[in-house]
Amino acid sequence: MNYVLPSLRLWLATILICVVGYTGLMLVFAQTMAPYQANGSIIEVDGQAVGSELVAQDFSSPRYFWPRPSAASYDGMGAAGSNLSPTSADLAARAAETVARYGATAGNPVPADLVAASGGGLDPHISLDGALYQADRVAAARGLDPAWVRDLIEQQAAAPGAIFAPERIVNVLQLNLALDRLEE
Amino acid sequence: MLSAILTTILIVGGTALLAWPLGIYMAGLFSGRFASADGLFARTVGGAPEQDWKQYSIALFAFNIVMFGFVFALLATQHMLPFNPDGQGAASLDLVFNTTASFTTNTNLQHYSAESTWSYLAQIGGLMWLQFVSAATGIAALAALARGIGGKPTMGNFFVDVQRASFCVLLPLAMIVAAVIALNGVPMTLQGAAQVTTLEGVAQTIARGPAAAFVAIKQLGTNGGGFFGPNSTHPLENPTFWSNAFEMVAIILIPMACVWMFGRIIGRPKHAMVVFGVMAALLLIKLVASVGFETAPTQAFMDLPVTQDVGNLEGKELRLGATTGPLWAVLTTSTSNGSVGAMHDSLNPLTGLVPMAGMWLNETFGGVGVGMINMFLYIVVAVFVAGMMVGRTPEYLGHRIEGREMRLAVLALISHPVLILGGTALFAATAWGQDTLNNAGAHGFSEILYEFSSAAANNGSGFEGLGDNTVPWNIATGLVMLIGRYLPIIVPLAIVGSLMAKRRSAESAGTLSVESSTFGVMLFITILIFGALTFFPAAALGPIAEHLTSMR
Repeated sequence: MNYVLPSLRLWLATILICVVGYTGLMLVFAQTMAPYQANGSIIEVDGQAVGSELVAQDFSSPRYFWPRPSAASYDGMGAAGSNLSPTSADLAARAAETVARYGATAGNPVPADLVAASGGGLDPHISLDGALYQADRVAAARGLDPAWVRDLIEQQAAAPGAIFAPERIVNVLQLNLALDRLEE
Repeated sequence: MLSAILTTILIVGGTALLAWPLGIYMAGLFSGRFASADGLFARTVGGAPEQDWKQYSIALFAFNIVMFGFVFALLATQHMLPFNPDGQGAASLDLVFNTTASFTTNTNLQHYSAESTWSYLAQIGGLMWLQFVSAATGIAALAALARGIGGKPTMGNFFVDVQRASFCVLLPLAMIVAAVIALNGVPMTLQGAAQVTTLEGVAQTIARGPAAAFVAIKQLGTNGGGFFGPNSTHPLENPTFWSNAFEMVAIILIPMACVWMFGRIIGRPKHAMVVFGVMAALLLIKLVASVGFETAPTQAFMDLPVTQDVGNLEGKELRLGATTGPLWAVLTTSTSNGSVGAMHDSLNPLTGLVPMAGMWLNETFGGVGVGMINMFLYIVVAVFVAGMMVGRTPEYLGHRIEGREMRLAVLALISHPVLILGGTALFAATAWGQDTLNNAGAHGFSEILYEFSSAAANNGSGFEGLGDNTVPWNIATGLVMLIGRYLPIIVPLAIVGSLMAKRRSAESAGTLSVESSTFGVMLFITILIFGALTFFPAAALGPIAEHLTSMR
């Protein structure tokens, strides 16, 4: 009895403060200060939700830039990595398929991020090189000047972490939206 | 290379600077500096009598049983309860057992993918609550141990200590971290999954929820259980480089501060400095190894026309930068956190060995509170061995270390390899383990070894390819987590209880000073010999064999 009642009172106190109070406060804070982010960074075009800025979606048409491979088939409810060892034969086989899809050759090798699946399978970015690699295909499919498409990529590319992570990356959904917008 | 060094300095150095004032604050808090708050905490639980080591341990157990019972019931009935917008169904009871054991023990091993398993109520009301109170249990245990070894007549009151840790340490820090990552893009909503139609006209359902609050305490309390399946590789759990930096700092902040807190409560800050130095040295070795090994490109792409100039990218996220994978892997396994910023299964073989080594040692800062407690066990052994070498009675802070204390310390230390190697042997030899592997050969063995290391160290990360949501895995790792949690908490309290009962002698010129660099070296070597060599044969069968046979 010396221990049971205090344990139950401690249960109630911590539930009220650490669960109800804390969660409620953070909900109010996030929904007030950053409602767009708090609800999943959902992008709307003409009132229609077309995706989350932060979540990769599948693009397979040559008119669009393609994201990194996804071990989860871009399922927003079942994110996962491949969990294959870098020495795995299965990984080599999967990579060979991706390489074939891009038509890469020894003279025109594809950047690694377009071949390697991300940790969650929903990485919304590709590297600057990965975007430039696809510029000619997209330009041809849309009948655009490749130089114009490359300019667009350069405008969208940014370093994610200043001097700490200087390799520039591009958000695939935003790049594709910009393409659609500018072509209209 | 420059950005890797800068990132490491930013995260590790920055956290070390923050940990110092936090440790001083925590020492004051647990020494009764805030009397009015303590009075309130005592009234909340109906009085706060001073407890000896047995009473403190019983109180700890009593509350941990309440934790287990409440969350078990909540998880098992989630499909009948509110706050379930995505209609999650009933979970199997073996998974409920494993998950409850996992979060009660501060492990957060996850044999499920949360967005398709648990309701918001189960996640917030059950799992997130445990992330607070299990972390608070660890910090409380360290405070009690420090009081006892530092010369106080009693160990304090468990129920007050848990409130001090929960409300005055974890809660304010969690609010800061949650606010920052929410502004960076981690969702914080009670709405169910978002329905969108992609540019190519396909329907996509995107899981979201009250993630920011959950992720903050998951990082701070060395919990590590993700709100989404792939943890902090998921872009909604870790949206930007800066959210990533904050989440990494949160991993090691309190474990580092715990060392300073211990030093000040026992009144020997210089001793804490030596211990901190030994932990930091081990951490640094692992960081250099891990970041170095991971610059090797993905072996599987070597024969294909692929440009590889930034190391192994499989299982990594571009926005987090090239250094995050190996850096996070070391931080999360040096502490007992277990969240991931890259998929550990897809790390290069030798990089994957580094997190395993971190979990085998389990005290290069370690879990909140319990990391320093594990270190205390190594200190007892180091003092004893040193005493034997020079032919003097071993003493620690004026306490004579004798056979009884040594037997207890070795019991607690040896339980760790017994749980890991015994479990690995059993599952590697039977269909229980063999049928659940995602990779063949040596890497498959590593998956089993990693899983048991993670459970025994209360870490919670995984080589996630393992198909571990099976009855044998759920029960075996559930039991390993429970033993691996409570034995190394209760035994050190018993050791201190035994020391407190003896007369304390003054330290003389003949005593090995625990504030000297000689002691630091002695401690370092003890950890390496005791901790690392025990596991070397298993490491040779797993990651080392894979490296030697497969890497060119």
